[in-house]
Amino acid sequence: MSTNITAASTDQSLPGPRRPALWTRLPIVHQLRQSMGLQRGMLVAGLIVVGVFILTAVFAPLLAPFGFSQLRDESGVFGAQLPPGGQHLLGTTVGGYDVLSRVIWGSQTAIFVIIVAVTLSLFAGVLLGLVSGYFGGWLDRVLVVVCDAVYAFPSLLLAIVMSIVISGGRSDLIGGVMAAAISITVVFIPQYFRVIRAETVRIKAEAYVESARVLGASNHRIMFRHVLRNATRTLPLIFTLNASEAVLTLAGLGFIGFGIEPTAAAEWGYDLNKSLSDVTSGIWWTSLFPGLAIVLSVLGITLVGESLNDLADPRLRGRRRVAAATSVVPGGTLTAGPAGLDGLEPAARDDLLGDARGDTAPGSADRPGFEERS
Amino acid sequence: MTDVVTITNLSVSFSTDAGAVTAVDGVSLRVAPGEVLAIVGESGSGKSVTAKTILGLLPETATAQGTVFLSSKDGSHKNDVLSVTGSTLRQLRGTDVSMVFQEPSTALNPVFTVGWQIMEGIRSHGKVSRADAKRKAIDILGRVGIPDPEVRVNYYPHQFSGGQKQRVVIAMALVLDPGLIVADEPTTALDVTVQAEILDLLRRCRDEFGTAIVLITHNMGVVADLADRVAVMYEGKLVEQAPAQELFSNPRHEYTRRLLAAVPHVGQGIERAALRLNAREPDWAASVPVVEARNLRIEYPGRLGRGGFTAVDGVSFAIRPGEVMGLVGESGSGKTTIGRAIAGLTRVTDGSLQVLGHEMNGFRERKFRALRSDIGFVFQDPASSFNPLLTIAECVAEPLIVHGRARTPQAARGRVNELLEAVQLPRAFGDRYPHELSGGQRQRASLARSLALEPTLLIADEPTSALDVSVQAKVLELFAELQRELGFAALFISHDLAVVDILADRIAVLYKGKLVEEGTGAEVLGAPKDPYTKRLLASLPVPDPAEQAARRKGLLPLQEAL
Repeated sequence: MSTNITAASTDQSLPGPRRPALWTRLPIVHQLRQSMGLQRGMLVAGLIVVGVFILTAVFAPLLAPFGFSQLRDESGVFGAQLPPGGQHLLGTTVGGYDVLSRVIWGSQTAIFVIIVAVTLSLFAGVLLGLVSGYFGGWLDRVLVVVCDAVYAFPSLLLAIVMSIVISGGRSDLIGGVMAAAISITVVFIPQYFRVIRAETVRIKAEAYVESARVLGASNHRIMFRHVLRNATRTLPLIFTLNASEAVLTLAGLGFIGFGIEPTAAAEWGYDLNKSLSDVTSGIWWTSLFPGLAIVLSVLGITLVGESLNDLADPRLRGRRRVAAATSVVPGGTLTAGPAGLDGLEPAARDDLLGDARGDTAPGSADRPGFEERS
Repeated sequence: MTDVVTITNLSVSFSTDAGAVTAVDGVSLRVAPGEVLAIVGESGSGKSVTAKTILGLLPETATAQGTVFLSSKDGSHKNDVLSVTGSTLRQLRGTDVSMVFQEPSTALNPVFTVGWQIMEGIRSHGKVSRADAKRKAIDILGRVGIPDPEVRVNYYPHQFSGGQKQRVVIAMALVLDPGLIVADEPTTALDVTVQAEILDLLRRCRDEFGTAIVLITHNMGVVADLADRVAVMYEGKLVEQAPAQELFSNPRHEYTRRLLAAVPHVGQGIERAALRLNAREPDWAASVPVVEARNLRIEYPGRLGRGGFTAVDGVSFAIRPGEVMGLVGESGSGKTTIGRAIAGLTRVTDGSLQVLGHEMNGFRERKFRALRSDIGFVFQDPASSFNPLLTIAECVAEPLIVHGRARTPQAARGRVNELLEAVQLPRAFGDRYPHELSGGQRQRASLARSLALEPTLLIADEPTSALDVSVQAKVLELFAELQRELGFAALFISHDLAVVDILADRIAVLYKGKLVEEGTGAEVLGAPKDPYTKRLLASLPVPDPAEQAARRKGLLPLQEAL
């Protein structure tokens, strides 16, 4: 995303082409404006779900009626496995916690884990991929083999091993969350590594990198100024897909008992685990709501990711068809209408015409005659 | 007899991210049986879109209006390509009209034999037994001039050379005996000497098979060689249509005249080179060369257990200060490798290459870095030689920053503006991104970047081969002007003799890694000694049908000699 705009020079003889406002070029906003039809519907739906998810996490202290580890209030103990209704809108769990509060607080844990896991793996993966792809040689080979080995492990198994290594199986708030986050990080690093490495290898052969090399630019400068920024195009996509996978891995860890203790933080996977025995006895509310929370958050993030993926590819991106009645306007759509050349500012219009003509140096008056044609 | 194809009032629009764009606007054309109609125009003129409409090959984003009536060869039926259904269209393709693509290596499927691919076309149009189809395939391969067709029908595409691959593609187009072949830049990807052979073959298609040809090209020499009638397109409109002889001798439209004037001719630069030589100091010939190669050998390493590939084999030459050396050769001749070796991008295997007094054999980047500010490099493809995320001003400032002449792009802006003006770009273009410039403008900016440090040596690797002919003329003019003012020595690499001739003081001809001829333009182009140079020179089509017909006769014995 090119946010690096040099200040408009003062002594311009011609104004440059009109650049769209900065906010419309931000990642998600740009795609939202670009999309249409079903793709737009998917993107908007995903964005709404993700928005609700994030807002819930941010305002959890205000939204949740009780604390995540609260078992009693001034009127006494809540009681276990109360059905929905009354003071507890979604009932209480077998341990006597309020289900609604646990679900709301759980979103905070999920977001925290996503941020830590994806950020850590992003930095480590991108840096390793860049160095490995740019320099090649034995370092590259070793890193590729290591990453392949990590791929070969079932990711949940690896996460379990990592959580034992990191926190020794203990699970207070920071320890538990960090253990989950770091174990997810280890699983994700290879993904970022591979994508960035492949892009780096491709970009390394581009003429502009060779051009920098001919100029005598240092490896450091070439890597970070020329290669890195061009290699990060697909990152928003992997970022979203990994975020949804992080939610699932965290829930999976909690479900098999490597999660966070209920007194340290609320965690959907843990709650699901504890509600297993309830299901057979007809107590549906303890499992349904944490499960729904997992499904919805993953669905929302995935919808956003998939739409971004489709929109990034011009071949998959939907476009409005050309109106069949364009021939009504003499001269066709190239010049007429607000989207045509007549709708542009004079300077931009000249450039476009110059482009279409191949090359006409601005200022030179040797344009082939339009007059003779008519 | 009815026309093979009649296009009436065709308009094609594409829906893009930026809204609808009209590519073809009210074009009417017709092609008579056995006629070669050339559609010429520069990139973006709509010539390819027009041709693809004839085959119904427009992408989904396109909307077409008007009619395109296509007749079968015997005139028995006639269809409007724009309104027929998918199955009828499939039936028409191959039997009534077929296509020859620009790039033969991508038009053939690499995992099937060429025989299979030709038979695929035969068998998808009616019931034909395998044996019959194969017999037909062998017959057509023989007729397009593939030697030993019985054996080579079982070859895979990679076992053929580029020119032979194009012959196979033409054979595929001819096998069902269509009334019309659409050839989209059929020789652009080929070397000049091979181009002459393919043009001969296309001429035989017309004479022996009676096929009409729609030839899409930007090369006026090719038009003069082959076309009966020429249609000139410009910005989606047809600006002129005339018989070939008439168009070249008496172009009526202003645009056609400009297009013809921009085509470089061999022999344009001989006089200028002689003047430049006379103006030099008397002791100039004895001055220390900027680049000197002695028995230069460059090999690319092969796979394990196999020998390397020798790209440059025992080449010796020298470039003196302020001199423009033109390096000409076909693809694979090693000309780019030499340019890259001088810039330190490719390692020298053997022999000696002195660049600004530095020996490149046993090259160390650290020792060479200080000299890099004296070397400029202009790349072939202006589209990829700029970092897409930096503005033009930042790209041009890059050499100044790398060599410590400025700390930030803002600080270098004054110098950048000077450079942009030197290459005739407005200062405001510095704030644009590379994709917002046209090809020619980008190549000017590339020139500005390479001259930022006032180098004593400039290497230009095919700087104009990706540009349209009128743009090429302007860039070449600019190059010559800057060279005269700044006086740098230059190595100008090109596959086009006429382009090199305009600029170069001396011309070196490479063939398969060896230097076959070297001398001034008058020596090499006026009286070539080497048979390869002779053939290269004779293969270059000139934009004049009458002269080209005479040259063609002169080329025949040269082709047979090799």
